[in-house]
Amino acid sequence: MGKNPIKVALIGNPNTGKTSLFNQLTGLSQKVGNYPGITVDKKQGTCKLPDNYTAIITDLPGTYSINPTSIDESIVIKTLLNTKDDNYPDVIVVVADVENLKRNLFLFSQIKDLKIPTVLVINMSDQMERKGIKIDLPSLEEAVNAEVVLISARKKIGIEQVKKAILSSHISHKTEPMCAVNKRIDIEYFDTLKKVVPSHNLYELWLMITQNNFPETITPEEKKRLLAFKHDASKLKKYQHKETIYRYQKINEILKKSYQVDRSKATDVRSKLDKVFTHKIFGYVLFFTILFLIFQSIFDWASAPMDFIDSTFANLSNFIKLKLPAGVFTDLITEGIIPGIGGVLIFIPQIAILFLFVAVLEETGYMSRVVFLMDKIMRRYGMSGKSVIPLISGTACAIPAVMATRTISGWKERLITILVVPFTTCSARLPVYAILISLIIPDRKIFGFIGLQGLTLLALYVLGFATAIISAFILNKIIKVKNRSFFVIEMPNYKIPSVKNVLLEVLEKTKAFVFGAGKIILAISVVLWFLASNGAEEFDNVERNIQKNTINKQFTPSEITQIIASEKLEKSYIGMMGKAIEPAIRPLGYDWKIGIALISSFAAREVFVGTLATIYSVENKDENNSTIKQKMAAEVRPSTGEKLFNFPVGMSLLVFYAFAMQCIGTFAIVKRETKTWKWPLIQLFGMGALAYIAAFIVYQILS
Amino acid sequence: MNTIATLHIGEKGIISDEMIDKIPLKLLEMGCLPGAEVELLQLAPLKDPLYICVNGSHLAIRKETASLIQLIKSE
Repeated sequence: MGKNPIKVALIGNPNTGKTSLFNQLTGLSQKVGNYPGITVDKKQGTCKLPDNYTAIITDLPGTYSINPTSIDESIVIKTLLNTKDDNYPDVIVVVADVENLKRNLFLFSQIKDLKIPTVLVINMSDQMERKGIKIDLPSLEEAVNAEVVLISARKKIGIEQVKKAILSSHISHKTEPMCAVNKRIDIEYFDTLKKVVPSHNLYELWLMITQNNFPETITPEEKKRLLAFKHDASKLKKYQHKETIYRYQKINEILKKSYQVDRSKATDVRSKLDKVFTHKIFGYVLFFTILFLIFQSIFDWASAPMDFIDSTFANLSNFIKLKLPAGVFTDLITEGIIPGIGGVLIFIPQIAILFLFVAVLEETGYMSRVVFLMDKIMRRYGMSGKSVIPLISGTACAIPAVMATRTISGWKERLITILVVPFTTCSARLPVYAILISLIIPDRKIFGFIGLQGLTLLALYVLGFATAIISAFILNKIIKVKNRSFFVIEMPNYKIPSVKNVLLEVLEKTKAFVFGAGKIILAISVVLWFLASNGAEEFDNVERNIQKNTINKQFTPSEITQIIASEKLEKSYIGMMGKAIEPAIRPLGYDWKIGIALISSFAAREVFVGTLATIYSVENKDENNSTIKQKMAAEVRPSTGEKLFNFPVGMSLLVFYAFAMQCIGTFAIVKRETKTWKWPLIQLFGMGALAYIAAFIVYQILS
Repeated sequence: MNTIATLHIGEKGIISDEMIDKIPLKLLEMGCLPGAEVELLQLAPLKDPLYICVNGSHLAIRKETASLIQLIKSE
């Protein structure tokens, strides 16, 4: 014992089953962290090796080349160039897919030239016979100068051999490069480069100057010399092309000796499925049918667990209130923290179910076909086919959706997607929509079967999507970003999704939401609780004044408690804020009470409902018989005596919530992903202005 | 001029080594190399993007990229 754990990096093309292997090696020991400075998820886990060795395994983002084209891919080169990096591996495992061995060996050849001990793992070897593939293992091992292991990660075949190979490669420490880049391209050029910084490996230097990526092992003086050396950019590009062609020549030579395919055995399931899934008409029909089924199931499946979470937290709050002595601390727990946590957890069912579908569609390979079908259409609006996945994810929550834009390589396309994603109807809007619709839209059916209320909800979804598309169209005309976008997507083979991979993916995404967005929602809930339960001088006198004023009137003690609660809210800091914004929101039909709800729903939109419940609790004689909806329905305007939540006000609020970026979590994630304050602020004020104007027009026309 | 963008569905061509400087590096790295055979498998509406198979890689690329890759006509 006492042996230092071996640091292992898993690298491979996307769709090679790299994640399956990672899941097999590490199981539930995996943790998701962040790389410093960027928000790409860092997946790590531990694994036991023979002879009491252990390994810390890092799953690096999937990439086709060490030369990155997206933020995710740039992690690979950053980790592998910096020998002082905490994640710098002792051993690299390159995962390849048996069918695309040639292209996978390209990445392997680059990795091998970094002179780090490397194991080549060839996955999906169980399908070799069916696909007519034969590999001469000893000859391949000799040619690539590394241990080669045939595995089938899905079927758990060969996992132990991978562990053995990691250990033996670590011990034998073979570091011969596979393709010496310099010799074939321009000996003189590369000899000079080598002399610029002799302490480093030539291929490392070449990557540094082509990728403009200088690790901390390079001194500022050396960096200056390297920058001076690379002045001729056209030469760099030409030599990169030559390097690529040379690598493939070398790989072809190797594979000629050790890899054979009998094409006659190839079955053509892929092309048959592609004919349907990418068909000009059926392809789209199928896609929209699948979308419809997904949304339908989210509603059907999520409502029961959501109700359960809702009532559990309400009960927990009441229970603790009874058990703990009354005071500020108890209030903080029962009115701030517990509802705050409940407000986060309530979204988990919808988010988990949506990501379950997204993960299945991605695992099967179908998502790439959707990207293919939608690319041209999305491009008209300044987005990419890859924007479809974030836009679908946005119907659960904008936060993971904004993170899902990372695969879009063009900055402008990515930025527009980020800016319009919050328009899609996320799950936090639903409670708000649900209560407002039930207040203002009659529960009637037209033509005998179409419910008016359901139709309104559908219309709000369409409104969200349409606004996203229209704003993208406008942003595309306005935003001037130097854009060197280049689009390529692999169309992977169709696969039956692995349950383990799908569930781990859902777990990971849900965790990212709970810990990313959840922290902010919880913190804001506590702040709002403080603002609602504290106030200036008047606030402290509320209780005394009301006791005095009601002493001779016929009020039960519980009515007095409610009057005090409502009065306190009015005199609290948040009540003062509500009153302060009242002149601004009066043209939209709102009073200061709705103003309070608008402000507090900045934590998360659904807080709107809860806040109104507190404010309106006063009119009711018997709380047990009254839902929030009844309380809201009973509210009247003091000046005119008419119903407050009438049709114009309800519609105005619906439109406001459809457009406004009422979500501090989204603001934070956009700030993080765009690395500036500029875009989240533009988004906040742009969406806010649109919401205000639209709500104003709706109210003025209808009233 | 023959490029990938002028292929019909099911048609094949060999990538020419003229103008290889125009091919984006990433495509080269994914196997789109001079001398390799390309087959056009499918077209999205408006003939964009294109779904191709080259060197065993199944890729979708946009028309603007496809029209940069010159072919030596075969068969």
